[in-house]
Amino acid sequence: MNLLTKEHRSWIGQEEPAVSVDISRRDIQKYAAATEQLNDKYLNGDEAPPMFVFNLFTEIQQLNNLRSDGLARGTAPGPSLPLKRVMAGGIEIKQYKPIKPGQTLNGVRRITDIYEKEGRTGPLIFTVRNLTVTDEKGDLVLEEIQTGIAR
Amino acid sequence: MKITDLKEGQQLPARTHTATNVSLFCYNAAVWNPHRIHYDQHYTTEIERHPGIVIDGPLQGDWISQVVLNWIGDDADLTQFSYANRQAAYLGETLTSGGSVTSIDEASRSVALVLFIKNQQGDVITPGTARITFK
Repeated sequence: MNLLTKEHRSWIGQEEPAVSVDISRRDIQKYAAATEQLNDKYLNGDEAPPMFVFNLFTEIQQLNNLRSDGLARGTAPGPSLPLKRVMAGGIEIKQYKPIKPGQTLNGVRRITDIYEKEGRTGPLIFTVRNLTVTDEKGDLVLEEIQTGIAR
Repeated sequence: MKITDLKEGQQLPARTHTATNVSLFCYNAAVWNPHRIHYDQHYTTEIERHPGIVIDGPLQGDWISQVVLNWIGDDADLTQFSYANRQAAYLGETLTSGGSVTSIDEASRSVALVLFIKNQQGDVITPGTARITFK
Protein backbone atom coordinates (compact mmCIF):
# COMPACT_ATOMS: atom_id res chain seq x y z
CA MET A 1 0.00 0.00 0.00
CA ASN A 2 1.52 3.27 -1.08
CA LEU A 3 -1.28 5.66 -1.93
CA LEU A 4 0.27 8.86 -0.69
CA THR A 5 2.73 10.74 -2.85
CA LYS A 6 5.32 13.37 -2.06
CA GLU A 7 2.76 15.95 -3.27
CA HIS A 8 0.21 14.77 -0.67
CA ARG A 9 2.78 14.89 2.10
CA SER A 10 3.89 18.38 1.01
CA TRP A 11 0.58 19.64 2.49
CA ILE A 12 1.75 18.76 5.98
CA GLY A 13 2.46 21.99 7.84
CA GLN A 14 0.53 24.20 5.43
CA GLU A 15 -1.86 26.70 6.95
CA GLU A 16 -5.28 27.18 5.36
CA PRO A 17 -6.75 30.69 4.88
CA ALA A 18 -8.27 32.06 8.10
CA VAL A 19 -12.07 31.92 8.37
CA SER A 20 -13.94 34.58 10.35
CA VAL A 21 -17.30 33.60 11.89
CA ASP A 22 -19.92 35.78 13.58
CA ILE A 23 -21.39 33.77 16.45
CA SER A 24 -25.17 33.97 16.41
CA ARG A 25 -27.54 33.09 19.26
CA ARG A 26 -29.93 31.47 16.79
CA ASP A 27 -27.19 29.23 15.36
CA ILE A 28 -26.28 28.12 18.89
CA GLN A 29 -29.96 27.41 19.61
CA LYS A 30 -30.30 25.32 16.44
CA TYR A 31 -27.20 23.35 17.35
CA ALA A 32 -28.32 22.87 20.95
CA ALA A 33 -31.75 21.62 19.91
CA ALA A 34 -30.32 19.22 17.31
CA THR A 35 -27.85 17.72 19.79
CA GLU A 36 -30.43 17.26 22.57
CA GLN A 37 -28.69 19.57 25.03
CA LEU A 38 -30.23 19.73 28.51
CA ASN A 39 -28.54 22.88 29.79
CA ASP A 40 -30.57 26.10 29.44
CA LYS A 41 -27.47 28.22 28.72
CA TYR A 42 -27.03 26.23 25.48
CA LEU A 43 -30.73 25.90 24.62
CA ASN A 44 -31.21 29.67 25.10
CA GLY A 45 -28.09 30.39 23.04
CA ASP A 46 -26.30 32.21 25.87
CA GLU A 47 -23.20 30.06 25.33
CA ALA A 48 -22.13 27.49 22.74
CA PRO A 49 -21.36 23.88 23.64
CA PRO A 50 -17.73 22.96 22.83
CA MET A 51 -18.61 20.77 19.83
CA PHE A 52 -20.46 23.73 18.24
CA VAL A 53 -17.13 24.50 16.55
CA PHE A 54 -17.34 21.33 14.42
CA ASN A 55 -17.33 22.40 10.75
CA LEU A 56 -17.77 26.02 11.84
CA PHE A 57 -14.50 27.31 10.43
CA THR A 58 -14.88 25.93 6.92
CA GLU A 59 -15.97 28.11 4.03
CA ILE A 60 -19.61 27.70 2.96
CA GLN A 61 -19.53 26.20 -0.53
CA GLN A 62 -21.96 27.02 -3.33
CA LEU A 63 -24.07 24.06 -4.46
CA ASN A 64 -22.14 23.72 -7.73
CA ASN A 65 -18.99 23.14 -5.66
CA LEU A 66 -20.44 20.05 -3.98
CA ARG A 67 -19.62 16.55 -5.22
CA SER A 68 -22.28 13.92 -5.90
CA ASP A 69 -21.78 12.57 -2.36
CA GLY A 70 -22.67 16.01 -0.96
CA LEU A 71 -19.19 16.92 0.24
CA ALA A 72 -17.31 19.94 -1.01
CA ARG A 73 -14.99 19.33 -3.94
CA GLY A 74 -11.56 18.71 -2.48
CA THR A 75 -13.42 18.48 0.89
CA ALA A 76 -11.30 21.41 2.18
CA PRO A 77 -8.17 23.21 1.13
CA GLY A 78 -5.71 20.36 1.01
CA PRO A 79 -4.55 17.53 -1.19
CA SER A 80 -6.89 15.66 -3.52
CA LEU A 81 -6.70 12.18 -2.00
CA PRO A 82 -6.90 8.95 -4.03
CA LEU A 83 -9.64 7.64 -1.69
CA LYS A 84 -12.89 9.62 -1.86
CA ARG A 85 -15.25 8.18 0.77
CA VAL A 86 -14.88 10.28 3.87
CA MET A 87 -15.68 9.52 7.51
CA ALA A 88 -15.13 11.38 10.76
CA GLY A 89 -12.31 9.94 12.83
CA GLY A 90 -12.29 11.85 16.07
CA ILE A 91 -11.57 15.14 17.76
CA GLU A 92 -9.59 16.49 20.68
CA ILE A 93 -10.62 19.91 22.06
CA LYS A 94 -8.98 22.19 24.58
CA GLN A 95 -11.22 25.10 25.52
CA TYR A 96 -9.82 28.20 27.20
CA LYS A 97 -12.79 30.57 27.05
CA PRO A 98 -16.55 30.17 26.50
CA ILE A 99 -18.01 30.96 23.08
CA LYS A 100 -20.89 33.45 23.25
CA PRO A 101 -23.26 35.13 20.78
CA GLY A 102 -22.07 38.44 19.37
CA GLN A 103 -18.45 37.37 19.19
CA THR A 104 -16.53 37.33 15.93
CA LEU A 105 -14.08 34.45 16.05
CA ASN A 106 -11.19 33.68 13.76
CA GLY A 107 -10.28 30.09 12.92
CA VAL A 108 -7.08 28.93 11.29
CA ARG A 109 -6.59 25.30 10.28
CA ARG A 110 -3.32 23.60 9.51
CA ILE A 111 -2.71 20.06 8.25
CA THR A 112 -0.31 18.44 10.71
CA ASP A 113 -0.20 14.88 9.40
CA ILE A 114 -1.33 12.67 6.52
CA TYR A 115 -0.75 8.93 6.78
CA GLU A 116 -2.16 5.66 5.52
CA LYS A 117 -3.10 2.40 7.23
CA GLU A 118 -4.64 -0.88 6.16
CA GLY A 119 -8.12 -1.15 7.69
CA ARG A 120 -10.47 -4.13 7.97
CA THR A 121 -12.12 -3.24 4.67
CA GLY A 122 -9.13 -1.86 2.78
CA PRO A 123 -6.74 1.06 2.80
CA LEU A 124 -7.46 4.17 4.86
CA ILE A 125 -5.93 7.65 4.67
CA PHE A 126 -5.92 9.76 7.84
CA THR A 127 -5.67 13.55 7.60
CA VAL A 128 -5.02 15.40 10.87
CA ARG A 129 -5.89 19.10 11.06
CA ASN A 130 -5.25 21.46 13.96
CA LEU A 131 -7.69 24.35 14.37
CA THR A 132 -6.81 27.41 16.42
CA VAL A 133 -9.70 29.74 17.35
CA THR A 134 -9.06 33.26 18.62
CA ASP A 135 -11.37 36.12 19.60
CA GLU A 136 -11.40 39.78 18.54
CA LYS A 137 -8.55 40.57 20.96
CA GLY A 138 -6.45 37.75 19.56
CA ASP A 139 -6.90 35.71 22.75
CA LEU A 140 -6.93 31.94 22.37
CA VAL A 141 -10.46 30.54 22.75
CA LEU A 142 -10.13 26.93 21.66
CA GLU A 143 -7.78 24.45 20.02
CA GLU A 144 -9.02 21.41 18.15
CA ILE A 145 -7.24 18.45 16.60
CA GLN A 146 -9.50 16.74 14.09
CA THR A 147 -8.82 13.48 12.25
CA GLY A 148 -10.62 12.78 8.98
CA ILE A 149 -10.58 9.33 7.38
CA ALA A 150 -10.80 8.61 3.65
CA ARG A 151 -11.55 5.05 2.58
CA MET B 1 -20.73 18.93 43.63
CA LYS B 2 -17.30 19.25 45.31
CA ILE B 3 -14.05 17.64 44.26
CA THR B 4 -13.73 16.11 47.73
CA ASP B 5 -17.01 14.20 47.15
CA LEU B 6 -15.58 12.31 44.15
CA LYS B 7 -14.03 8.86 44.14
CA GLU B 8 -11.91 7.16 41.50
CA GLY B 9 -14.04 4.70 39.56
CA GLN B 10 -17.22 6.67 40.28
CA GLN B 11 -19.71 6.35 37.42
CA LEU B 12 -21.17 9.36 35.65
CA PRO B 13 -24.90 9.25 34.82
CA ALA B 14 -25.55 7.33 31.61
CA ARG B 15 -27.98 8.55 28.95
CA THR B 16 -29.44 6.98 25.83
CA HIS B 17 -29.77 8.61 22.42
CA THR B 18 -31.88 7.28 19.56
CA ALA B 19 -31.24 9.33 16.44
CA THR B 20 -34.08 9.73 13.94
CA ASN B 21 -34.21 10.97 10.36
CA VAL B 22 -35.51 14.25 11.75
CA SER B 23 -32.79 14.64 14.40
CA LEU B 24 -30.04 13.83 11.87
CA PHE B 25 -31.53 16.31 9.40
CA CYS B 26 -31.53 19.03 12.08
CA TYR B 27 -27.98 18.22 13.19
CA ASN B 28 -26.53 18.15 9.68
CA ALA B 29 -28.34 21.37 8.78
CA ALA B 30 -27.01 23.03 11.95
CA VAL B 31 -23.39 22.08 11.16
CA TRP B 32 -23.88 22.56 7.39
CA ASN B 33 -22.94 19.01 6.45
CA PRO B 34 -24.55 17.87 3.17
CA HIS B 35 -22.87 14.40 3.13
CA ARG B 36 -25.52 12.04 1.76
CA ILE B 37 -24.67 9.14 4.11
CA HIS B 38 -26.65 11.00 6.79
CA TYR B 39 -29.98 11.32 4.91
CA ASP B 40 -30.06 9.42 1.61
CA GLN B 41 -30.85 5.74 2.29
CA HIS B 42 -30.42 4.51 -1.31
CA TYR B 43 -27.12 6.31 -1.85
CA THR B 44 -25.77 5.24 1.56
CA THR B 45 -26.52 1.54 1.15
CA GLU B 46 -26.06 1.12 -2.62
CA ILE B 47 -23.14 3.44 -3.36
CA GLU B 48 -21.17 3.78 -0.12
CA ARG B 49 -22.20 0.26 1.00
CA HIS B 50 -23.12 1.10 4.57
CA PRO B 51 -25.86 -1.07 6.12
CA GLY B 52 -27.94 2.04 6.88
CA ILE B 53 -27.98 5.81 7.36
CA VAL B 54 -24.84 6.75 9.32
CA ILE B 55 -25.14 8.56 12.68
CA ASP B 56 -22.58 11.38 12.52
CA GLY B 57 -19.36 10.75 14.42
CA PRO B 58 -19.16 14.36 15.70
CA LEU B 59 -22.76 14.09 16.96
CA GLN B 60 -21.61 11.16 19.09
CA GLY B 61 -18.68 13.36 20.14
CA ASP B 62 -21.16 15.97 21.32
CA TRP B 63 -23.15 13.37 23.25
CA ILE B 64 -19.93 12.24 24.95
CA SER B 65 -19.15 15.85 25.93
CA GLN B 66 -22.65 16.19 27.39
CA VAL B 67 -21.99 13.27 29.76
CA VAL B 68 -19.48 15.58 31.44
CA LEU B 69 -21.22 18.94 30.96
CA ASN B 70 -24.53 17.72 32.41
CA TRP B 71 -22.74 16.12 35.36
CA ILE B 72 -20.54 19.08 36.36
CA GLY B 73 -23.18 21.80 35.92
CA ASP B 74 -21.64 25.12 36.98
CA ASP B 75 -19.27 23.56 39.54
CA ALA B 76 -16.37 22.92 37.13
CA ASP B 77 -15.16 23.70 33.61
CA LEU B 78 -14.67 21.11 30.87
CA THR B 79 -11.17 22.13 29.80
CA GLN B 80 -10.24 19.22 27.56
CA PHE B 81 -11.95 16.29 25.92
CA SER B 82 -11.33 13.86 23.10
CA TYR B 83 -13.08 11.02 21.36
CA ALA B 84 -12.37 8.60 18.53
CA ASN B 85 -15.02 7.15 16.22
CA ARG B 86 -13.91 3.51 16.14
CA GLN B 87 -17.01 1.86 14.74
CA ALA B 88 -19.93 3.31 12.79
CA ALA B 89 -23.47 3.52 14.18
CA TYR B 90 -26.61 3.45 12.09
CA LEU B 91 -30.10 4.92 12.20
CA GLY B 92 -32.33 2.74 14.39
CA GLU B 93 -29.64 1.97 16.96
CA THR B 94 -30.02 3.25 20.50
CA LEU B 95 -26.65 4.40 21.80
CA THR B 96 -25.69 4.82 25.44
CA SER B 97 -23.27 7.50 26.63
CA GLY B 98 -21.51 7.41 29.97
CA GLY B 99 -18.21 7.52 31.77
CA SER B 100 -16.32 7.30 35.04
CA VAL B 101 -13.73 9.12 37.13
CA THR B 102 -10.17 7.88 36.50
CA SER B 103 -8.06 10.21 38.68
CA ILE B 104 -8.49 13.14 41.05
CA ASP B 105 -5.86 15.79 41.75
CA GLU B 106 -7.11 17.96 44.58
CA ALA B 107 -4.02 20.21 44.47
CA SER B 108 -4.74 21.38 40.91
CA ARG B 109 -8.53 20.88 41.37
CA SER B 110 -8.41 18.73 38.25
CA VAL B 111 -10.24 15.46 37.56
CA ALA B 112 -9.64 13.03 34.68
CA LEU B 113 -12.51 11.04 33.19
CA VAL B 114 -12.94 8.21 30.74
CA LEU B 115 -16.02 8.33 28.50
CA PHE B 116 -17.84 6.07 26.09
CA ILE B 117 -20.60 5.61 23.58
CA LYS B 118 -21.81 2.00 23.49
CA ASN B 119 -24.06 0.37 20.93
CA GLN B 120 -26.90 -1.98 21.79
CA GLN B 121 -24.50 -4.95 21.79
CA GLY B 122 -22.52 -3.23 24.56
CA ASP B 123 -19.52 -2.52 22.32
CA VAL B 124 -17.72 0.76 22.96
CA ILE B 125 -17.89 2.33 19.50
CA THR B 126 -16.68 5.80 20.55
CA PRO B 127 -14.24 5.95 23.46
CA GLY B 128 -13.30 9.30 24.93
CA THR B 129 -11.47 11.11 27.69
CA ALA B 130 -12.00 14.43 29.45
CA ARG B 131 -10.42 16.68 32.03
CA ILE B 132 -12.42 19.03 34.23
CA THR B 133 -11.19 21.76 36.55
CA PHE B 134 -13.22 22.68 39.60
CA LYS B 135 -13.84 26.39 40.18
